[in-house]
Amino acid sequence: MTRDRRPLSLKAFSVVFIIAWLLAAAFPFLWTAWGSFKVELDFFSIANWTNALTGANTIETHGAPFTDAGYEGAWIQEDFWRKALNTFIVCIFVVTTSLTIGTLGAYALSRSGGNYVFWLLVTALIFRAIPPITLVSGYLPPFFQYNLWGFLPTAIIVLVAINQPFTLWMLHSFFQSIPKDLDEAAKVDGCTQFQAFRNVIIPVMWPGVITTGLFSFLLAYNDFAVTSMVLNEANRTMVPEIAAFLGTTQTEGNVMFAVAAVVSATIPIFLMVMIFQRQIVSGLTAGAVKG
Amino acid sequence: MKNRTFFWFFLPTALAMIVFIAAPLLSIVVQSVHTPHEAVLIETENCGPFGCTTATAIDQEATDQLRADKPLGRFVGLSVYFDRGHLATAEVAALWDRSETLGDFIDALGNLPFYRAMAFTLTYTFVCTPLLIIIGFFVAVAVNTLSQRLKGMVIFFSLLPMTVPPLVGSLVLFWMIDSRGVLGNLISWMADDPDLSLKASTPLMWIALIIYGTWSSVPFAFVVFYAGLQTVPKDTLESAQIDGASRLQQIRYVILPHLAPLVTFVALIQLMDNFRVFEPVVGFQAQAHATSLSWIIFNDLGGETRQLSAAAATSVLTVIGVAILLSPVLVRTWREYRGSAA
Repeated sequence: MTRDRRPLSLKAFSVVFIIAWLLAAAFPFLWTAWGSFKVELDFFSIANWTNALTGANTIETHGAPFTDAGYEGAWIQEDFWRKALNTFIVCIFVVTTSLTIGTLGAYALSRSGGNYVFWLLVTALIFRAIPPITLVSGYLPPFFQYNLWGFLPTAIIVLVAINQPFTLWMLHSFFQSIPKDLDEAAKVDGCTQFQAFRNVIIPVMWPGVITTGLFSFLLAYNDFAVTSMVLNEANRTMVPEIAAFLGTTQTEGNVMFAVAAVVSATIPIFLMVMIFQRQIVSGLTAGAVKG
Repeated sequence: MKNRTFFWFFLPTALAMIVFIAAPLLSIVVQSVHTPHEAVLIETENCGPFGCTTATAIDQEATDQLRADKPLGRFVGLSVYFDRGHLATAEVAALWDRSETLGDFIDALGNLPFYRAMAFTLTYTFVCTPLLIIIGFFVAVAVNTLSQRLKGMVIFFSLLPMTVPPLVGSLVLFWMIDSRGVLGNLISWMADDPDLSLKASTPLMWIALIIYGTWSSVPFAFVVFYAGLQTVPKDTLESAQIDGASRLQQIRYVILPHLAPLVTFVALIQLMDNFRVFEPVVGFQAQAHATSLSWIIFNDLGGETRQLSAAAATSVLTVIGVAILLSPVLVRTWREYRGSAA
């Protein structure tokens, strides 16, 4: 509409601005991915920053400008594959459990006319605002006492619970957009509430559930505060393991393990955003458009 | 839906939240007014030919018994809140008496861990939030003029800083801004100071953390505003153009009022999220220059000596801070509820 009538200066400014933002958003990842195939002296160069591009020291050490030494060190020597496996176990169970109980709860909230619905949603909002790290000192004593500390199922159930408030809000507004007539009609035909949910709502709920599931996945995948506190060393997930690399291997000059691990941990997110870009955008705006 | 049916549908999620959110919340309040038991001491008198000496020893058995009987520790009221690691009331009062000027007082306050963390947390929260809203708005306006295919690509790359784990994002930036990284080299070259280093400079570290905070949340603001721009009423915009409104006036009088509720939404969400800033402090290894409330909790809980009651007290104070930031949201939600009910 107004696109063609913009003055040249404004057009130029807007293009420069977008390019600057794109560089800011993407360049750090590209740079780190590139640097992860170098040796430490190149990627963290004291002598000359162009070493990171040419790989002068990498050639000297490994005979080629690229090396997979960082990845080998992280994945094989330091067992990063095990942490990756742990992360995916945690993510899969968090997403499925959280969606199962969240869908039931949110559906009930959206179909009940009681006054308590508002208060339950407000409580969920308050719970959503509380930083998870503040709850950790509440978890530790019972976890130690009942010998639950350190295991993956413990982290999974904690993350599921932390995830519920957000899941409820998101799915509640989604279920409200599904006409009530649908399941009312099924109930008139003699279905119980659960049968109506099972046969009428479940077939049409997948777009909202997938969007919510993506955010549950992100929460579980990205978590550092809870997983680093309730998991033992063998059961660590990727993000706490990266933090542990910084503490232990940095002194041994193996900071490249951490760089390789960081790049490895970014790849699944990269793929996910590529595939589900539309759902992520719609999920981010769902809350905003309503509020 | 019948209340009975509602109960069964809602039970699993309610149980999860009660056991793992509500109960721990109560638990941190209780923990914060207790501290670990002191060792039980026994005095034994040894009498020999040259008189009697008393020796004090730890009664291991009684100590263990006491700790097993009352695992919470002993009740100390609010004293943990007022100790040096938290509100430090005694120290603050002493500083107040000693300081000549308000500036001295504030400087000295920065040496107390809680106030140091509070200073950074609040600066971070209240600098990042407006910055990311402004940048996000301009990115949204600029992207809105692109062709459809370019839009998709720009949105894809824009989402990355927000979707990667915060620790990963902060490390990726930190490794570049570090004195041995490519941007660190550039900065020290521009400043003509080869010794300039993030690790050695508090202002630089604060700036770097704020850059991270803005960078990682601009995508959220951008996506929300971009979605809002799609619904700007075309009629209003066109009539403004016919009336001769300049581009700036169109933004000022048509687009901004339309986006105002979204700006409030982004601001409220981001104030709460930035207040819990934690991972970047770990990723940037910034603890010497900047700490946050969440970082203090993490630090108290980590290591061999888990200082549960200290961590619990900081947790309660953090929750109070979040509650203050949350109150406008709650008031808004309540008004809407009352409005829709009436």
